[in-house]
Amino acid sequence: MIGIGRIARLAGGLLAAGLALAGPAWAQAKPPLVFTGIPDQDESRLVERFGKVAQYLEGKLGVPVRYVPVKSYPAAVTAFTNGQVQLAWFGGFTGVQARKAVPGSQAIAQGAEDAAFRFYLIANAATGLPRSADFPKAIAGKTFTFGARASTSGRLMPEYTIRQNFPGETPEQVFSRVGFSGDHSRTIQLVQSGAFEVGAVDYSVWDLDSKGGKVDPKAVSVIWESPPFPDYQWTVRADVDKTYGEGFTDRLRAALVDVTDPAILEPFGRSKFIPVSNAAYAPLIEVGKATGLLD
Amino acid sequence: MRLALPSPGYRGVSGGFAVAALACLSVADLHVTTLHPLAELTRFLGGLIRPDFPAVEAWGVAYTVAFAVLGVGLGAGAGLLIAIPFARSRGVRLACAALRSVHELFWALLLMQVFGLSATTGVLAIALPYAGICAKVYSEIIEEADLSALRVLPPGTGAASAFAYARLPDVAGRFADYTLYRLECGLRSSLVLGFIGLPTMGFTLESAFRQGRYAEAGALLLVFYGLIGSRRLWVRRWSVPLLLAGAVLALPPAIGHAEVGPSLVRFLTHDIVPAPLRTGEGTLPALWAWFRPILTGQILPGTAQTLVLAQIALVATALGALLLFPLTARRFAGPVGRPFGRVLLVAVRSTPDYMLAYLCLQLLGPSMLPAIIALSLHNAGIVGTLMGQHADAIPYRADAPRGMNLYAYETLPRLYGQFLALLLYRWELILRESAIFGILGVTTLGFYVDAAISELRLDVAVVLIASTALLTVAVDALSRRLRRSLRINDLPVRLSGPPAVARGEAVGA
Repeated sequence: MIGIGRIARLAGGLLAAGLALAGPAWAQAKPPLVFTGIPDQDESRLVERFGKVAQYLEGKLGVPVRYVPVKSYPAAVTAFTNGQVQLAWFGGFTGVQARKAVPGSQAIAQGAEDAAFRFYLIANAATGLPRSADFPKAIAGKTFTFGARASTSGRLMPEYTIRQNFPGETPEQVFSRVGFSGDHSRTIQLVQSGAFEVGAVDYSVWDLDSKGGKVDPKAVSVIWESPPFPDYQWTVRADVDKTYGEGFTDRLRAALVDVTDPAILEPFGRSKFIPVSNAAYAPLIEVGKATGLLD
Repeated sequence: MRLALPSPGYRGVSGGFAVAALACLSVADLHVTTLHPLAELTRFLGGLIRPDFPAVEAWGVAYTVAFAVLGVGLGAGAGLLIAIPFARSRGVRLACAALRSVHELFWALLLMQVFGLSATTGVLAIALPYAGICAKVYSEIIEEADLSALRVLPPGTGAASAFAYARLPDVAGRFADYTLYRLECGLRSSLVLGFIGLPTMGFTLESAFRQGRYAEAGALLLVFYGLIGSRRLWVRRWSVPLLLAGAVLALPPAIGHAEVGPSLVRFLTHDIVPAPLRTGEGTLPALWAWFRPILTGQILPGTAQTLVLAQIALVATALGALLLFPLTARRFAGPVGRPFGRVLLVAVRSTPDYMLAYLCLQLLGPSMLPAIIALSLHNAGIVGTLMGQHADAIPYRADAPRGMNLYAYETLPRLYGQFLALLLYRWELILRESAIFGILGVTTLGFYVDAAISELRLDVAVVLIASTALLTVAVDALSRRLRRSLRINDLPVRLSGPPAVARGEAVGA
């Protein structure tokens, strides 16, 4: 009996300790504002950009600010819905998902470029596909890679465009093979290496990676540029005003819009942040429903 | 199915599995989509040879150990308690089967919804399935144990007292052996949890692989092998309380706290409730209309692909093990070759197969081929090690033949039942892993789970995970039936090793 009692106590104690560590413990005056961002490109760049944002916001807002790295798009949305983070840099579609799951949450700022964002179709040089102004129907039958499954410029908009140009067909029927690379940097690498012949990529990541010397123009090139659509934005939970005081959401928005330091903006590939509202993303809800990615 | 023949012999079962695997090969997608797999492989091996040890973060190592120690500690503790009623209660057995048929990664993906990226998620993701596995194995160890002490207890002794005084002293040593083996598995699970965002070594390992920082990846891997290889040195009777206490202290501080209460309520009453019930159209036709596309578009194709992958991987494992086990057997490898063989096999089996699959997928592109390679390498390492131990325990005649003749005419025939028992036992484990590889892009059941989670359709994800669990349980039952009909169900199959083999190994070492 003693042995079992001891084991049971130990097990119970461990469980309690585990739960206590995860629970909303530590009644501090001001808990840190925690944020995350979708891992859409090379992690080293993410660490650089979000580290700088954390520092900047901490100085502007007077509350501790922490960044939580995540490994996937849905993990970012989950962290937002279960309250682990209060603020997130979402893509257009993940933002729509997150705001649907957390009523009252708001899109507060987007990059100036995000109001009219684009994706590129890129192709390996071996395909011989030329750059064109019209949608290149010759990509049918090739191998094709999207970015992450929940990416706006790497999945949602490309899939929508493909479905429009090949009526009645899914991407799996249009292409000989369809993959999900996971992020835009990886998409570029896969198409450049020839692992996939064609891919859909975020234009800002393409530009950043081209500037960074990671793109070999002889191996991979842009063959088509999409029409504009709304994309990335900062979304904040409704409960921050309660936690950090009335008007915190507005201060947060102002702080983001006030960013002028190129050291912060450059890793984002943005010239500045501008105010935005949930309504700006209504078109994406329609597209999400049309492609079956959203209920 | 072809396996339901009246009473197949060794030849029938082996042939049936081989033919099925060949049939599966003809429908499997074995395309290599990357153009320079060898160049990447060379770069990776270069990283292993020139590892960048300063890049390894000590905290990542500490968290990996802490999650494993606490997860296994909790799981084994709970398993020990559940083992007492295990043999008597069908309900308990079913609950344990359900717990262990869901992979740690699936548990983690579900737990993350409620507990966020936190220590609780990491520890529970290991503890829940391990409680189910430990309960079953501990109960089996109890069943196999000596009953003489139990028979002399006075009537009216309570179940718990009887267990503590008459059973535990006899089985404690084997419990300890098995729990140490579980800790090895726990370390692998803990590493793999990093791939989905928990702060273990897997987190940096994934980043390093993804961005081609192979020197850092090589260093992380070598540190991990060191951890596993030295576990007998740092896991001692006296060090267990220290490890547990140290692990609690070393748990990573959560950055931001998930609202556990509201999240749990939302998860249970909203997120995982089938969509038609949530919107109030809980009629049977509405439910069927919701379920049918999931069944035809995801469960059935996913199940078929999972079975195909597992079947090919199982037979590839068998061939691999037949080739590898002589490397670790004294009679074949000799005193010089055997240590090398053992190091090779320990390295192969210590590599988590999920990580191996991730690496192969980076090298070869998303098809079934990398998954087959990963599964069969890892499992052939395990089966080969065990077969080597059994081969060393065989009492040979003084004039036994040598080389190929010994292998083909004596060793293999004498071990063949054991060989099949091991493989059939691993079938279920291979299937569980096959399903999870979908997260990496192979179109097994995990592929659809990943899609459902990306679309925030947790109700669909839960249905798919439950299908995976059912499939695992069904294959486990089939494997048991086959082992019974071949009369090999009493042969040892666990890596922790029964006493007879342990003694044989001690003589050899």
